Parts: sequence; C-alpha cells; structure tokens
Amino acid sequence: MLSKRIIPCLDVRDGKLTKGIKFKGNVDIGDPVEMAAFYYEEGADELVFYDITASYERRDIMIETVRKVAERIFIPFSVGGGIRTVEDMRLVLLAGAEKVSINSSAIRKPGLIAEGATAFGSQAIVLGMDVKRVSPSQKIPSGYEMVIDGGRTFTGLDALAWAREGERLGAGEICLNSIDADGTQQGYELRLTERIATNVNIPVIASGGAGALEHIHHVFTQGKADAALIASITHYGTHSIREIKSYLHEKGIKVRMTW
Amino acid sequence: MIAIIDYKAGNLTSVQRALASIGRDSVITASPSEVLAAERIIFPGVGAAGTAMFDLMRLKLDRALVKAFGRGTPILGICLGTQIVMERSEENHTRCLGLIKGEVLRFPENIAEPGGGKLKVPHMGWNRVNLKRKHPVFDGIDPRSEFYFVHSYYPGPREALNLLGETLHGITFASVLASSNLVAVQFHPEKSGRPGLRLLSNFCGWDGNDHA
Repeated sequence: MLSKRIIPCLDVRDGKLTKGIKFKGNVDIGDPVEMAAFYYEEGADELVFYDITASYERRDIMIETVRKVAERIFIPFSVGGGIRTVEDMRLVLLAGAEKVSINSSAIRKPGLIAEGATAFGSQAIVLGMDVKRVSPSQKIPSGYEMVIDGGRTFTGLDALAWAREGERLGAGEICLNSIDADGTQQGYELRLTERIATNVNIPVIASGGAGALEHIHHVFTQGKADAALIASITHYGTHSIREIKSYLHEKGIKVRMTW
Repeated sequence: MIAIIDYKAGNLTSVQRALASIGRDSVITASPSEVLAAERIIFPGVGAAGTAMFDLMRLKLDRALVKAFGRGTPILGICLGTQIVMERSEENHTRCLGLIKGEVLRFPENIAEPGGGKLKVPHMGWNRVNLKRKHPVFDGIDPRSEFYFVHSYYPGPREALNLLGETLHGITFASVLASSNLVAVQFHPEKSGRPGLRLLSNFCGWDGNDHA
C-alpha cells in the first residue's frame, strides 16, 4: 500500500533559499543544497524546488543548484518556476531532477504538457496549479479559478476543468496550490483539494496552508490528497518531519517511517 | 567496472550518481562489447517496452545481455529493465528478452484499497516489499523499508523460484525477481534513500550466487 508523501517545498531565488508569505516579503533562510540534504536525512519523501529567480538569464544558477542537490540526495525531487520550453525541461532533468513542474507556461501554451510528456514520460511532468476562490459562475462552475504570475492574473479557467485537461494532455501529477491558504498556516483548502483529487486519476499534492499537524492529517482524510507539500511548518522548526510522520502514523495514516 | 546499459530509456545519470555516492565508478554504455566485458551490469529504463526493445535490438544490446546472463555476470534490472527481462509484455505487445519466464501485465482498472478508496495507476510513490526468501542483495535492509515506485505495468513470473519480493497496490504483484545471477527490482533503488543505496552497495559486492 502506498504511503502518503510529505514533501518540503524550497523556494529558491538566485541560488538562495527563501520562503514567501503570500508571495510577498521573502526572507532569506539559507542554502538550498544544505537544506535539501537536511530534509533528506530527516525522512522527507520527496522535495520540491520552486525557482523564483526573476531574470530568465540567470537560470543557469538554478541548474547548478539542481546538479549539487542531485549529488547529495537520493529521493525524487521536482523543479518548477520559469520552465517555458522542452529544452528548459531537458536541462533540469539532465541536471538530476526527477520531475519538472510547469504552471503559468502550461496555461499560456497547453501543448507544453503534451510535448514534455512525449519527450520525458508523464511521470516527469507535474502540472502546478495556482488556484483562487471565486463566486461560482457559468465560466467558473467549481468556484475555483486558475491564476498565474504568482496570483496576480486571473485566467478565466475553471480549476477543475483545467486539472482534467492537464491529465488528458499527459501530466503525471498535479501540485495544487491554494493562493488563499498559502502562507496563512491556517490549514489546507480541503474542499478544493477533495474536488480535484477525486476527479482526476493522477496523484494530487496539496499545497498551501499547513501550519499544524492536524492540517496535514485532514488533507489526507478529508482532502483525499496523495501527498502534502509543507514549508513554514518545518522551515521555521515548529515541527520536524519525524514528528509530522509519527503523528500521522498514530492517526492511522500510512507514511514511510523507516529511512 | 560496472556497466549501466544506455538504450536511450530515461535518465541514467541518477543511477551513476547514486553509485558514485557509495564510492563505485560506473560507465554508461551502449556498446555490446563493453557490456560483455563488464564485471557487473545495471539495466535500468524508463519509458515504454516496445520502444525499449526496439532500441536494444537496434544496438545489439539484447544479445549482449542474454550472453552476459548466460556467463554468470551479476545483473541488476531496474523498473522497465525488470520488465524487459521477462518473455513478453502486454505493453505494445512486445516480445522481450526471456531471461525469466512470464509476462508483463498492466494494473487492472478500478483497483481499490482495503477501505474501498479508488487507487490510481501509475503506482507512484513509496511502498514496501515483502521478501519471500533471503537474498544477498537485500542483506541488512530493514524489512519495513520502503522503496520508490513509478510504473503502470508489473512482471508476472511463472515460476515461484523467481519471485523474490511482493508489493501491494490493490493487487499483490511481483516487485522483485531473481534468477541465478540476475536480480530485478520494479522500484528505483537510486531514488529510494538509504535502503536503495544499501541495495546498490550489496549488488556491487555480490558474487552472482543466489543461494536459493
């Protein structure tokens, strides 16, 4: 039986680690390679790197970071942010990432999902979804709309319809981030997570809002997520990965306890 | 020297990097003579069985592998490599190497967990392996260890002797196979943390004797 995965998310800018609160006011908290090695030893099941480097020209810094991480950790990790072409994907995967995550670029050019899946296999393509709650309408029947550019631009796309379309195009996994919950530490958007997770046949990683142990428990039981992305809860030392897993294990959630 | 077989099926550098981390040099090669000269062989792969067999045959690596197996060279199959050692695969109706008797099958639709929840295919993530018997390649690995899987097809060995380990995902399937000097794992040891590195390290020290 598969274990529910606990996945720390590391935001990287110009080769350094940051953690944004609602995408504003990022604070430096260290070296991504050291942090990755730390989480690997601590029992993280997978890692996600999100490159928020503003300048496209400085992407080679991220590739170098990916290469160094791949020499230190032997669990899967994905890299997202600024990936716009199949060639961008190739560079990241060759540097040692298991998966690439595409978000805004997939909405601007949905063919990129299919191109990536054909070139590298669906297992390598994660569809990143930034979602905001809106009033349900004819255009957005689920009441959740896809946003891009870090939450600044509404796209007119319904999140549930987009998730299904992403799966059809060949995405192997969805990383579902609630902009409303992100950085609040008030819990995941459970209703959104459940809607998406039960309506696609690919794994869904829930993201945004984890601040307490019960939030992670609920995203598995009520949200039906396959994996939980975490950031602040471990980055600032509130809980260790082992504490999170022990708690879930006691609650009857199957997690990987031996590493 | 350890040869990692290169037949354009997936990212082989992750296997090489994992070996480097345990102090083992390896060469990524598509040359049949280099494969035959190797002290041991790792046969990885990501992708579809049809394309993989086509490329192996085009590069004449299929014959090199069969020959190396016959000679007793220790071989480790990983993921798609594990499926390719079987006789045939349901995926693209592919005739494979036939080092182990049996077929490769797809997970059935509508598999469910014991509680009734629908399970997804591909089987992706961390799962356990129940070993049916001892094997040197699993020496010192905690039986509670989990390994990282990503696959939609699984091998179905015909003979019980070849079934070394089983995993549960809606159905119980063969996740580890063994036949004399060949061990084949459906998961990715290079992505399975310390237990995976231990398995690779055990393989690097293995004389190819199964003791079955």
